[in-house]
Amino acid sequence: MTVLCLVELDADGPADASLRALTFATGLAGAGPAGTGPAPVAAVLFGPADQIPGVTFAAYGASSAHVVEPEHLDGYAPRAWAQALAGLAAEIGASAVVAAATDRGNEVMAYLGALSGLPMAANCVRAEPGEEGTHQVVRHRWAGLLLEEASLTGSPGLMTVATEAVPAAAVAEPVGTLPVHPYVPSLSDDDLRVRATETAGHSSGASLATARVVVGGGRGVGGPDGFAPLEELATLLSGVVGVSRVVTSEGWRPHRQQVGQTGTKITPELYLACGISGAIQHMAGCAGAKHIVVVNTDPGAPILAHADYAVIGDLGQVIPALVAALKARSGSA
Amino acid sequence: MEIGVCVKRVPMVGGKIVLTPDGQEVETRLSGFTISPHEECAVEEAAQITERLGGTVSVLTLGPAEAADQLRDSLALGAKRAVLLETDGREWGPIATAEAIVAEVRRHAADGPGYDLLLCGNEAADTGDYQVGIRVACALGWPCVTGIKNLEITQTDGQATVRASREYSGGLETFEFGLPAVICVKEGINLPRYPSLPGRLRAKRATIERDEPQWRDDGLRKRSLRVPASQRKQATVLGTGADGVPALVGVLEEWGLLP
Repeated sequence: MTVLCLVELDADGPADASLRALTFATGLAGAGPAGTGPAPVAAVLFGPADQIPGVTFAAYGASSAHVVEPEHLDGYAPRAWAQALAGLAAEIGASAVVAAATDRGNEVMAYLGALSGLPMAANCVRAEPGEEGTHQVVRHRWAGLLLEEASLTGSPGLMTVATEAVPAAAVAEPVGTLPVHPYVPSLSDDDLRVRATETAGHSSGASLATARVVVGGGRGVGGPDGFAPLEELATLLSGVVGVSRVVTSEGWRPHRQQVGQTGTKITPELYLACGISGAIQHMAGCAGAKHIVVVNTDPGAPILAHADYAVIGDLGQVIPALVAALKARSGSA
Repeated sequence: MEIGVCVKRVPMVGGKIVLTPDGQEVETRLSGFTISPHEECAVEEAAQITERLGGTVSVLTLGPAEAADQLRDSLALGAKRAVLLETDGREWGPIATAEAIVAEVRRHAADGPGYDLLLCGNEAADTGDYQVGIRVACALGWPCVTGIKNLEITQTDGQATVRASREYSGGLETFEFGLPAVICVKEGINLPRYPSLPGRLRAKRATIERDEPQWRDDGLRKRSLRVPASQRKQATVLGTGADGVPALVGVLEEWGLLP
């Protein structure tokens, strides 16, 4: 029984979140009853077939790809994407359909659930097939502050993947050449009523969700003028600035920079949290960071209980000293 | 413009989440209750739209009798009508919740002009199912988008058009369609106002309409909840003030994060 996995394409290839979803799908496909080999994992994507990075898909566990080309469905239309997944799932006899829990992934899978009358489990971190077509899942509640063990009925099982908790992992034995199959969905006008009419302002730099380094600023930054040193530090570390909720609700920085339950969930190698106390709603957004380092005046701040290292002190002293040290280092290298 | 806003009563969680001994619920004996920031923004957005275009904001919730508190909070912020879809306190899944909301939308349409627009929070703070709005929209045959952080509604010759945007891959993506529709919004779409004293007094006196929908099984069955084991321990302090910087640079170097 095949596991279908929706793969979103960025300008530079498959979205990082989708490689994490492929890893989840591969794990699910390999978790069948003892004695059965791993089930196939079929990537589903929307875009030109000649631009598919088949090697990458295979490396993360896909055994085939199904492509809806722009001549049949151009751009993003959530209900139409869901119809295409429904059609493919029926044609292939998929046991599960998964997608990354991005805005698009959750939206498409919710449409698929609504159109098919099936339940959908959002933000799963683990799943395995259970009895009689069910899936046993572990999923996030409270943005990952709690884990729920649940059984999901319905075939196919519909799941999105809490990608901040599922690192992408290459498989040991990828298929040599990825078979690519075109798919032409059967769509009605209703399926195309909601579609992205424009996509604008792509920044060339790293986005908060995918940055390798995030320099976080909280109340301790003191005001809108306090962010320039953090920006400079982020640039030196090839990273971006993220902020806590108080910073956006005070209007110091735009909401798109907010890290947390109601902002962005980040997965950097390093989260350098400056002047952030560490409310649990904030920690829900940065729990996917590999390393957390804190700069804070208060050695009792809750965030220290979730960090690797800390420097205790005023941002006004520590950050300029760190910037100077990094500049001196790169100047002498 | 008739706008319905769907909100959900959830525990106000503080420093950490504590579970009941049976691992089935969040312990709420000592906590307050609230709605999620996404939903506060949905109420504010509805209030701003009706201030500009006229009309009425109704606020809907499905929950126990005590969820009337959250309806009154929303009334204080500008909603004029409140509907409680009262439950016995059991947890409802997204399919059953959507069905109960759809029934209310149809009842409201039978009684009068009906809703032109339903606003929901992008996801509930507690269960995080990310799907009630879309299920409601599909049942009604209405369009729906989620994750919306900018919403413009224009009316020409009695026809209303929605232009809704959200962040996508470092940029924005925009959707346009006619009403009626369901829009699921995120915090950041606006900065919600504080309730006024007259608003609070009006909310206290307001009548809340009630209905009692029937619970049904949803297909995603919770077996238990647990707090994830923390991957990290208390931070090692590298130093104080600028004196801590050399050790910090050493750590960053060791992790391969310096160019």
